[in-house]
Amino acid sequence: MTEAEKKPPASSGRAGTRKELPEHFKAYKNVWVVIESEMGAIHPVSLELLGEGRKLADKRGVELAGVVLGSDRATNAAVAAAIFEHGADRAYIVADPALEHYRNEAYTKAVTDIVNTYKPEILLLGATNLGRDLAGSVATTLLTGLTADCTELAIDEEGSLAATRPTFGGSLLCTILTLNYRPQMATVRPRVFALPAREPGRTGQIIEHPLNLAEDDIITKVVQFVADRHSDEVQLAYADIVVAGGLGLRSMENFQLVKNLAAVLGAEYGGSRPLVQKGWISSDRQIGQTGKTIRPKLYIAAGISGAIQHRVGVEGADTILAINTDPNAPIFQFAHLGVIADAIEFLPALTEVFRARLAVNRLAS
Amino acid sequence: MHIVVCIKQVPDSAQIRVHPVTNTIMRQGVPTIINPYDLFAVEEALRMRDKVGGTVTVLTMGPQAAEDALRRALTFGVDRAVLLTDRAFAGSDTLATSFALAAALSKIGREFGEPRVVFTGKQTIDGDTAQVGPGIAKRLKLNQLTYVAKIVAIKPAEGEIVVERRAEGGMQTLSTKLPVLITMLEGTNEIRRGTIDDALRASRQEIVTWSAADAGITEVAKCGLKGSPTIVKKVFAPPPRAEKALQIATADQSMEELAEATTKAIFKRRPKLEEDLIRFSAGP
Repeated sequence: MTEAEKKPPASSGRAGTRKELPEHFKAYKNVWVVIESEMGAIHPVSLELLGEGRKLADKRGVELAGVVLGSDRATNAAVAAAIFEHGADRAYIVADPALEHYRNEAYTKAVTDIVNTYKPEILLLGATNLGRDLAGSVATTLLTGLTADCTELAIDEEGSLAATRPTFGGSLLCTILTLNYRPQMATVRPRVFALPAREPGRTGQIIEHPLNLAEDDIITKVVQFVADRHSDEVQLAYADIVVAGGLGLRSMENFQLVKNLAAVLGAEYGGSRPLVQKGWISSDRQIGQTGKTIRPKLYIAAGISGAIQHRVGVEGADTILAINTDPNAPIFQFAHLGVIADAIEFLPALTEVFRARLAVNRLAS
Repeated sequence: MHIVVCIKQVPDSAQIRVHPVTNTIMRQGVPTIINPYDLFAVEEALRMRDKVGGTVTVLTMGPQAAEDALRRALTFGVDRAVLLTDRAFAGSDTLATSFALAAALSKIGREFGEPRVVFTGKQTIDGDTAQVGPGIAKRLKLNQLTYVAKIVAIKPAEGEIVVERRAEGGMQTLSTKLPVLITMLEGTNEIRRGTIDDALRASRQEIVTWSAADAGITEVAKCGLKGSPTIVKKVFAPPPRAEKALQIATADQSMEELAEATTKAIFKRRPKLEEDLIRFSAGP
């Protein structure tokens, strides 16, 4: 499709205000999720997006499809089978040796080609390094709108994708529409949405698509890939219990109190953004909109005031315990349990009570 | 070799406050800074120049006041600064921004020599989208290397570059051809203090200032609000949760009693959690 064809009809208004979708976009239908997988292992964010995509597709009365990219036909088929069990009606599969490792050129071509061929109205990607690298290229190639790091997706009264994301450094939320262009694209961080339930035996339709790109045409080469021995990224985002600290801990030494409690609970630990800026913790332990989004069963926030930036990162937690000296701290607006105390005094006591209680009950059980 | 760094002037988000009653942003007195992630890009550009020779140009799009960010960049030892400023750019989303910056980069190429490497930070701290870098790369057909942790090798004569980039679950080493666009990961280097000569030069140096027309942009409809496919429908403060936090506290309790009450409250709310903990948590 050429750029001229993609332009909406001439208008004196701004791009976003027209209500009538240009004629050539009216054929765009269905909700798609780009599936991230590594040697058959699907990134959980892709399944989370299928769960949310299913709701959007049902609301629109359309199909949900996944885009599966990889080098090996059998592996792709196994990924397709898994996404059907997580709600997809259809899988668009591209199998080509050039797709063995992620490379922008090859993946961008694969995704834009099948979008232009099969015309989805909504295209969702994980806000991972891969997803963000790919989404920006695909949206620019297709000259369409892309909303990054959404925390909520909905269909508005006019049938458009309403994508909500934090703005102004996380102080406020804003809802963004792409009215006159298709597809409407959004990325969503891991753990913002819950994993959908698996329906064993659920199947769908597979459509294969060629890449039409020779290895020699791809300028970027993968020289080496060194897997992380321990991936903090996944461990923190998917931990059942997370203990985190904020500036209320007052010093880097006191952060040890957070680690001590985490050790007793077998939990992961993290912190708010200021701690990363102060160098108390590494950036891969940052919790919040610009760090990790988490949905643990139990989240303990010690000395964290709870700016919106932090709130959007932890809102999915099942039980939030907040410890803060300031009864007016915003964290008490979204915590389930609140302790008004100095975390530096309270954390050691809490650690001891947990240690004793778990030891006694472990012996009894 | 000509290296260009795209930077952005942003409000220091740590100092932005929301008005408690009106839920509007209180911008008064909020200082502006160079987007912190861009500093890693500036430093990496300077290191590359120091290694292989050439010049470094910084480019920003923004209001006239963004000149401050450019002047700051000059104090680090950057050779040239270009400000792209025009009312036509107001309200640009990432697609419109990448269009304007790509046009300015093309103009920079014509005026000062083709950039072989374009650097940006991995994202900005106000938009947080990480989309503008990939957008520029796609529009200018530059090879794209995002989340780069390290420049392993740069060979201008052969037109080759090798980098390490942070990928899902590991570190990728990639080789590609120049020209490239690189977005730098945070924490990869430390911005230098410029020399006194740099500071003196920065205060005197003329900043190249271009309007949309100066940058050769004829398709103004691709800029600003008009050129932005996304539209902000509403901005709002997150609604308070219906369930208020259960306060576990009395004035007379010791820390031990408070901790005891807290664990009871947690397990009362989620009884299954205690079973899980006993099974999986670390021993005493």
